[in-house]
Amino acid sequence: MRVMAQIAMVMNLDKCIGCHTCSVTCKQAWTNRRGMEYVWFNNVETRPGQGYPRRYEDQEKWRGGWELNRRGALRLKAGGRFRKLAGIFSNPRLPEIKDYYEPWTYDYRNLTDAPLGTDYPVARPVSQLDGKPMKIAWSSNWDDNLGGAPAYGDLDPVVERVRREASDKVRFAYEESFMFYLPRICEHCLNPSCVASCPSGAMYKRAEDGIVLVDQDRCRGWRMCVTGCPYKKVYFNHRTGKAEKCTFCYPRIEVGQPTVCSETCVGRLRYLGVLLYDADKVTAAAGTADERGLYEAQLDVFLDPEDPAVRRAAEAADIPYDWIEAARRSPVHALISRYRVALPLHPEYRTMPMVWYIPPLSPVVDALTETGHDGEDAGNLFGAIDTLRIPLEYLAELFAAGDTGPVRASLEKLAAMRAHMRAVNLGEETDPGVAGAVGMAPDEIEDMYRLLAIAKYEERY
Amino acid sequence: MTDTRTPPAEPGAVLLRAGRFLRRGTASPDLHSIGLAGGREADAFYRDRWSHDKVVTSTHGVNCTGSCRWNVFVKDGIITWETQATDYPSVGPDRPEYEPRGCPRGAAFSWYTYSPTRLRYPYVRGVLLEMYREAKARLKDPVLAWADLQGDPGRRRRYQRARGKGGLVRASWDEMVELVAAAHVHTIKAHGPDRIAGFSPIPAMSMVSHAAGARFHSLIGAPMLSFYDWYADLPVASPQVFGDQTDVPESGDWWDAAYLIMWGTNVPVTRTPDAHWMAEARYRGQKVVVVSPDYADNTKFADQWLHPHPGTDAALALAMGHVVLKEFFVDRETPFFTDYVRRFTDLPFLVTLAERDGAYVPAKFLRAADLGQGGEDARWKTVVLDETTGRAVVPNGSLGFRWNEADQGRWNLDLGDVGPHLTLHGHEAAAGVEVLLPRFDTDGGPHGQGRGEAVRRGVPATRLGGPGGPLVTTVFDLLLAQYGVARPGVPGTWPASYEDPADPCTPAWQETHTSVPAAACVRVAREFARTAERSKGRCMILMGAGTNHWFHSETIYRAFLALLQLTGCQGRNGGGWAHYVGQEKCRPLTGWASLAGGLDWTRPPRQMIGTGYWFLHTDQWRYDRFGADVLASPLGEGRFRGMTGADCLALSARAGWMPSYPTFDRSPLELGEVSGDPVAEAVAELRAGTLRFACEDPDAPENWPRIVTLWRANLLGSSAKGAEYFTKHLLGTHSSLRAQEAAPGERPRDVVWHDEAPEGKLDLLLSLDFRHTSSTLLSDVVLPAATWYEKHDLSSTDMHPYVHAFSPAVDPPWQARTDFDTFKALAEKLSELAAGHLGVRRDLVASPHQHDTPGELAQPGGVVRDWKRGECEPEPGRTLPALTVVERDYTAIGAKFAALGPLAEAEGLPAKGITLRPDEEVALLRELNGAVRGGPAHGRPALDTAVKTANTILALSGTTNGRLAVQGFRTLGAKTGQEMAHLAAEHEGRRVTYADTQSAPVPVNASPEWSGSEHGGRRYTAFTQNTEQLKPWHTLTGRQHLFLDHDWMHELGEALPVYRPPLDMHRLFGEPRLGPDGTREVTVRYLTPHNKWSIHSEYQDNLFMLSLSRGGQSIWMAPQDADAIGVADDDWIEAVNRNGVVVARAIVSHRMPPGTVYMHHAQERTVNVPLAETTGMRGGIHNSLTRLILKPTHLIGGYAQFSWAFNYLGPTGNQRDEVTVIRRRGQEVEY
Repeated sequence: MRVMAQIAMVMNLDKCIGCHTCSVTCKQAWTNRRGMEYVWFNNVETRPGQGYPRRYEDQEKWRGGWELNRRGALRLKAGGRFRKLAGIFSNPRLPEIKDYYEPWTYDYRNLTDAPLGTDYPVARPVSQLDGKPMKIAWSSNWDDNLGGAPAYGDLDPVVERVRREASDKVRFAYEESFMFYLPRICEHCLNPSCVASCPSGAMYKRAEDGIVLVDQDRCRGWRMCVTGCPYKKVYFNHRTGKAEKCTFCYPRIEVGQPTVCSETCVGRLRYLGVLLYDADKVTAAAGTADERGLYEAQLDVFLDPEDPAVRRAAEAADIPYDWIEAARRSPVHALISRYRVALPLHPEYRTMPMVWYIPPLSPVVDALTETGHDGEDAGNLFGAIDTLRIPLEYLAELFAAGDTGPVRASLEKLAAMRAHMRAVNLGEETDPGVAGAVGMAPDEIEDMYRLLAIAKYEERY
Repeated sequence: MTDTRTPPAEPGAVLLRAGRFLRRGTASPDLHSIGLAGGREADAFYRDRWSHDKVVTSTHGVNCTGSCRWNVFVKDGIITWETQATDYPSVGPDRPEYEPRGCPRGAAFSWYTYSPTRLRYPYVRGVLLEMYREAKARLKDPVLAWADLQGDPGRRRRYQRARGKGGLVRASWDEMVELVAAAHVHTIKAHGPDRIAGFSPIPAMSMVSHAAGARFHSLIGAPMLSFYDWYADLPVASPQVFGDQTDVPESGDWWDAAYLIMWGTNVPVTRTPDAHWMAEARYRGQKVVVVSPDYADNTKFADQWLHPHPGTDAALALAMGHVVLKEFFVDRETPFFTDYVRRFTDLPFLVTLAERDGAYVPAKFLRAADLGQGGEDARWKTVVLDETTGRAVVPNGSLGFRWNEADQGRWNLDLGDVGPHLTLHGHEAAAGVEVLLPRFDTDGGPHGQGRGEAVRRGVPATRLGGPGGPLVTTVFDLLLAQYGVARPGVPGTWPASYEDPADPCTPAWQETHTSVPAAACVRVAREFARTAERSKGRCMILMGAGTNHWFHSETIYRAFLALLQLTGCQGRNGGGWAHYVGQEKCRPLTGWASLAGGLDWTRPPRQMIGTGYWFLHTDQWRYDRFGADVLASPLGEGRFRGMTGADCLALSARAGWMPSYPTFDRSPLELGEVSGDPVAEAVAELRAGTLRFACEDPDAPENWPRIVTLWRANLLGSSAKGAEYFTKHLLGTHSSLRAQEAAPGERPRDVVWHDEAPEGKLDLLLSLDFRHTSSTLLSDVVLPAATWYEKHDLSSTDMHPYVHAFSPAVDPPWQARTDFDTFKALAEKLSELAAGHLGVRRDLVASPHQHDTPGELAQPGGVVRDWKRGECEPEPGRTLPALTVVERDYTAIGAKFAALGPLAEAEGLPAKGITLRPDEEVALLRELNGAVRGGPAHGRPALDTAVKTANTILALSGTTNGRLAVQGFRTLGAKTGQEMAHLAAEHEGRRVTYADTQSAPVPVNASPEWSGSEHGGRRYTAFTQNTEQLKPWHTLTGRQHLFLDHDWMHELGEALPVYRPPLDMHRLFGEPRLGPDGTREVTVRYLTPHNKWSIHSEYQDNLFMLSLSRGGQSIWMAPQDADAIGVADDDWIEAVNRNGVVVARAIVSHRMPPGTVYMHHAQERTVNVPLAETTGMRGGIHNSLTRLILKPTHLIGGYAQFSWAFNYLGPTGNQRDEVTVIRRRGQEVEY
C-alpha cells in the first residue's frame, strides 16, 4: 500500500441549474487574456448536446484516454510513444478552432464614434483571431438549453451510443423533452493520459495534492496532451504556444480556499475534499478488463480513512495529520465511497478521473402521471426511476460505461431520501423501510440529506 | 494486492525505461510517474495571475432582485474580476445558507469598467451643440439660448430627427450641466414643472442613486414616473386582493414549503442566486410542480411538468379551485381551511343581489349604512351574519374602522364572539335563487372576448330585515357558484361532474382550454390541498412574468391566490404566493421614500403612472381601433359605451383616481399664482370648462412633456412597449411603425383628436449611463455615470433579509460621475440659473386619492360618478384630485437637495398609513452628517454626499432603526388595539449605519413598513402580521378579497375570479390568424420572457454573455413552426407585425411548444442587429413588436384598496398577448 492524497471534487448534477456562473468566474480569473479567448477551463454543457469542443466524447475520432491492448495492458488510445514521436510535427488528432469556436468581439466603438448618419449605429461582430468581420456560427455553449437540438442533437456521441443500445430511447420531441447540465473542469486523473502523452515531460501530477499541471517553462507546444486528454481539458494558448489547463486553483487551494468554480457555484453543488488512495493499485485498476468494472475498481483504489491501518500508512507516507483528518471529514469521500451516490465521468476512458458526479433526477414523463409515479412517494418510489424523463441509459453512458446499475442505485438513494424526509417535513412517522430499501439506515439517510441539502460552506469544502 | 511491480509491457515501454536514465527524479515501478524534487518555479505563472492588492465588497444595481454581495478584486488600481462574497449572516443550523449569491451576469460585470462601450465623457449630439452654442453666443444667457432654440420649429426638428443616428460629440461637464439646467429652467418657466419627468426604476437596487435623481425632480415639482406597473411586473391582483403593493416570502422561506408550484417563473434563470433553495428543499421532501408552456430550465427540478397553452393558466387554476372547493369544503369540511377563510378572507361577508333578467347578479358588499346604522364611516363597514344570534353584525377590521377617532383600537381582525356564517346553505331563512355570472371562454364575438354568454347558477340567499330588505348571500356562496360547485337544493345549471367539458370551471373544461389533462389537474389540486391540510398551510406558488405579463393577468393571479387562501396558506412560513418579477423590496422604505420624494421640504411630490404617461405621450392611444366596451361583461351596464382606453384614462384622471401629469392645459405655476384662492379658482374654471385636463388633449403642444431624464434605466432598449411609437411621436425620429390609426368611428368620445399626430414632443432627452444603449443613442445629452463598483450606495431585496452596501473598488474613471454627484451638480446649476428667470413660485399640485390615507374613502360603495357628465359636483379630494398649493424657491433647489429639510420631524414621515416621528434621528443625523451653515438650509443635517444620504435612509426607516420600528408598531397598535411592539422590541436599540452595511450584510428588523416579521430571526413571509397579530389587510373588509364590487369590476365581469383568454389580436387589430399561411409565413404567439444572458438589456452587450449565448438577438421557435417556413437553426429571420420589425436569428428547439416563439426580453439593437429586409432600417428591439393596451380595471381609484399609490396600482404595460409573423429572410445581411 502506497498511500497518496488528492484533492477531489464531486458535483451534484441534481442541483445544477445550468447558470454558468462557474464558467464566468473561472474565465475572469484565469483565461480572459490574449491567446486564451476560446478557452474555458470550466464549461457547462447542456445534455443531450455535443459539448465543448464539439463531440469531444467521440474517442473513435479523437482517440483520447487509454485502451487495453490485445494482451490486456494499458496503452494510450492515440498510440504508443513511438507513434507519438513519429507524429510529433503533425499531430492528426487535434481539434481545430472551429471545433471549439472562433472567438469574437464587436465593433463597440462604433456606438460612440459613428458620425451622424441615417440609422442607428450598431456594433457588428469581428473575429478575435484576425479582427475581421465574421458571422458567429458556433460557441462553447451553442446548444445551451437544447438550442438547435433537432438539428444537432443526433451528433451527441452519447445519444449515438444510447440509440445503438435502444433505438427508441432518445427522441427530440416536445412531449419527451429532457435536459440537464454537465459542468466540466479538468479531471485531475489518477492515471492522466495527458501527462503520459507529453513528449517534453512538461506535465506533472503534484504528489502532495494530485493536481495535474503544465510546466509553462518546459512546455514545447507539441499539443500531444490535447490529443491525449479524452475530456479535451488541455488547451493550447495560441499566443504563448504553450498548453494550459485548469489548475484546480492551486494558489487558492494552497491557502485553504476552495477553487473559484466551487466557491462561486450558486447551485451549491460542488464539494471539495481529500481522498486517500493506494497509488500502487492505480494501474491495475485502470487496466480492469471489463469497462463496466472500472467504477468499482476505482472505488477499490480509494482508501478508507477510518481504517487505522490506512492512517498509519498515510503518516508513514508523510501525509500531514490535518490532511488525514480532512480525509475523514471529506464530503467527497462520503459521497463517493460511503453513500456511493457520486459516479465518475466516463470511467471507460481509463484515466481514473477525480471529479465525480451525482446524477440528476428529473420529472417523470407525463404519460405515466396518472399511474401515480412520484419521486417522493415511497409506495412507488422505484418505479418512478424508470419513468424519469432522462433515460437511465443516457446517464449510464456518461457515468458507468453503459451500466445502468450504479446510476439507478444512486437515483434510488436520492428518491428514498426525499420520501423519508417528506415524512419528517410533515411531522409524520417515518417508514424505516424506505431507507432500508436502498440499503441505508434512517440515520444514515438523514446524514446524507444534511450533506446534500443543508451543505454549509465548511461542510462543502 | 495486485502486482504492480512488473514493468508495463506496453509497446512504448522501452522508451519509458530509457527515459529513466535521461531524466532527473525517480520513476515509479510501473513507469507511469516520476517523482521530482524542486523545479516548481513554473507554478509562479498562475500564482502571479491570482495575486491582487485588495478586495472590496460591492454589488450590482441592475434591475434584478439578486442584491448579491460580491468581492471585487483590484490590482494596480485596476478592477480585475469579481467572485461572490460568502459572508451572509447564518439563517440557522437546520437549513441552507444564502451564500454564495450571484449569477453569470453579475460575474461578468467588471468587463464593463474598461470595455469599449464604456462612456468616458459627456456626449451631446453635434447638431444640437452647435445650435446651442450659437444661440448662447448671441443671447449671452443659457436659458434664453434654450428658449430661442425651442422657439424655432426648424432648428428643433433638426436635432430631433438626428436622434439615434450617431453624431454624438464629446463635450465638457460644465457645458452640459449648464445646457441641461437651462433647459429645465426654461421648461419650468414656459410650460411648468410638470412638463418635466424623471424615469429610474427599482430604488432597492441602489437607493441613493435613485433617490438623488428623484429628489431633484421632486424638489423642482417634476413627476417621477412609475416603473413597477409600467413593466407589467405589478400584479394588480395584489392591491385588489391584499390591499398591498406586493409582499412575498424571502427565498429562504421556500425551504419551509412542503409543496411548491412554480407557475410562470423560471427560477434558475430569473432568480439564479435563490434557485438552490428550491433544489435543496426537494431533499427535505418538498414536492415540486412546474407549470410552463416550454420545457423551461426549472422543469428539470420538477416532479411533474404541466404545460398549458400560454395565457390559459387561470383556467387550470380555477379547475384546481373547483376540486378543492368540492372535495375540501362541500364533500367534507376541512376545519383548518374553514377556520382560516372565516377569519382572514372576505368569504363570510354578505353581498347584495340585484335583480336581472328574471334572476340575480351579485352587486355590492352589504355595509352598516345599508342596515340603517349611522356612526363614523358606516358606508365603509362590511357585514357578516352571526351564527349564534342569526343577526347581521359588523365585525371589527373593515375600512370603516381605520380612519376615524371613534373607532380607534377596533381596526383589527379579532372577531370576539362573532361567528360568521361562511355560507347561507342550510340557514333556515335562506332560499336558493338563481344568479347570472359572466363567461368569456366561448369562441366568437367580433373582438374575440367570448360570445357574451352568462352562466346561470344559484346561491342560497336571504332577505335581511323583512321583505323590503336587501337580498343577500355570502361571498363564499357566490364563489361556489362561480366555480361551478353544486350543492343540494341550490338552483341553477351545474356541471355534471369533473368530466363535464362544457361548463366552467371543471377539470375537463380546463383541458379544452389549456390542454392539461383533467386527471393531472385533479391530482395536483388534491395533492396541493391535502398537503396544505397536513402541513397547516405550507403550500407555495411561485409566480412571475409568465403568468403576470398578460392583459388579463389579474384574473390569472386571482385564481392562483384563491387556491392559496382556500387552503389557509397565506401568512404562513412556507406558504402563500411568491410573486417573483420586478418585485424588489426597498427594505429601508421610509427613509428612501422621504428623501426621494423630497418630503422633508415640500409635499406632495408629483408621481405619475408610467403606463398612462407613455400611452398618451407616445400617441399609442391613437392606434386603439376598438372601444373599451369590447372588454365588457355580457352582464355589464354599458358604462364604457363609446369610450376608448384614452377616455377611461381621462375619466380616471379627472376623478382623482390616478395621477395625471402634465395635469392641466396650463402651467401649474400660472394656476398657483392667480389672485384669490388658486384651488377654488381652478375648480371654478374646471366646472366652466375653461380649464381642462391635459390628458383630454394630449396632442396639443401645451400639453406635451418637454424633458425626460433617464438614469439607471434603458427605457428605449428595454421596457418601451411600443418602442416604435416612442421614436415616432415622442422623439420625432425614424420608426418602423406600420399600424393604422383609429378611423373616425373608432376614436375617443372625450379625448380630443388632432388630424395630424405630433412628432417630436420632447425638447430634451437626457440619460446618465456607463455604457451605450438604445436610450443613450437616442438621447440628446448623455452624461457618463459611475458603475456599481465605483460608488457608495445601498442595496436590498425581498429575496433575502439583508441590507448591504456598494463600496467603490476604484474611483469613477475618466470623467464618469456618480448619479448623486450629477444630480447635485444639476440642482446647483439650476438654482443659479433660476435667479432672474424663476425665483420663488407657487405651484398648484393635483394629486389622486391616495391609498393608506383617508383619501381611500373618496368613493363610497365603489359607485362611479363623473363630475364632467354632471353626475356629481367637482370636489377636490372626493370627485376631483386633491389640489395643493406648494411654494417652490427655485434658487434654493441645490441647497435643499443637499440638506435634510424640516418637515421630516415637523410633519413626520408617512409609512403605510401611520406616521413615524424621527425627532431623535434628526438630531442624531445632525451630529453624524454635520450641519449646513448658511443659506436656506442653515442648521439642517447635511446630505451633500452619498454616504450621508445612505446614513439618512437607514436612520429614517424602521427596518434599520429599531427605535422607529418600535415606535411605528406602537402607533399601529393604537389603531388596531393589538399589542405589536414586541415584534421589534428585540432590536429597539439597534441603529444600522452605512459602515455596518459595508462590513457585512445586515439583517433587517421587523417593521410596520411591511406585513411580515423577522422577529426572532424567523424567515420572512408576507402577512404574518395579519394572521398572527390580527392586523387587518389594507382592504375594504380588512380581509383578503375574493370579491371586488367596484362598478367597473362588475362592468368587466371580474367581480369574482374568472377565466379570460388572451386577447385576440386577429379580431382586435387585424393581425393574421395564428398558424402557418402555407407558404413563407407563420403567425405565432410572441412571448418575451427574461433572458438567461442578461438582466433586461444589461449584460446583453457583455462579451462574456454574448460568447455563452448566440452572440446577438435570437428568437426561440419550435421545429414545427420552423419547418413550416423552411427555417433552420441559426437562420436569420424577421418578426413583423403592425408595431414594428425585429431581425434575429432562429434557435430551433423541441423544448418550445408549436405556435409560440420566445424572444428573450431586451436583447437590444446595439449589438449584431442588421438592417431589416422589410424596411431597410435597423431591426428593432423586442418591444418593437409590442404596444400598450389599457385595461380599465387598472385605472380604478379612490375606493379602499383600489386607491392609487406610487408603483402600487396603475395600468400595466402588459405585452404578452401579442402575436407576430415570422419569415425567413435573405441570409446575407448588411449592417
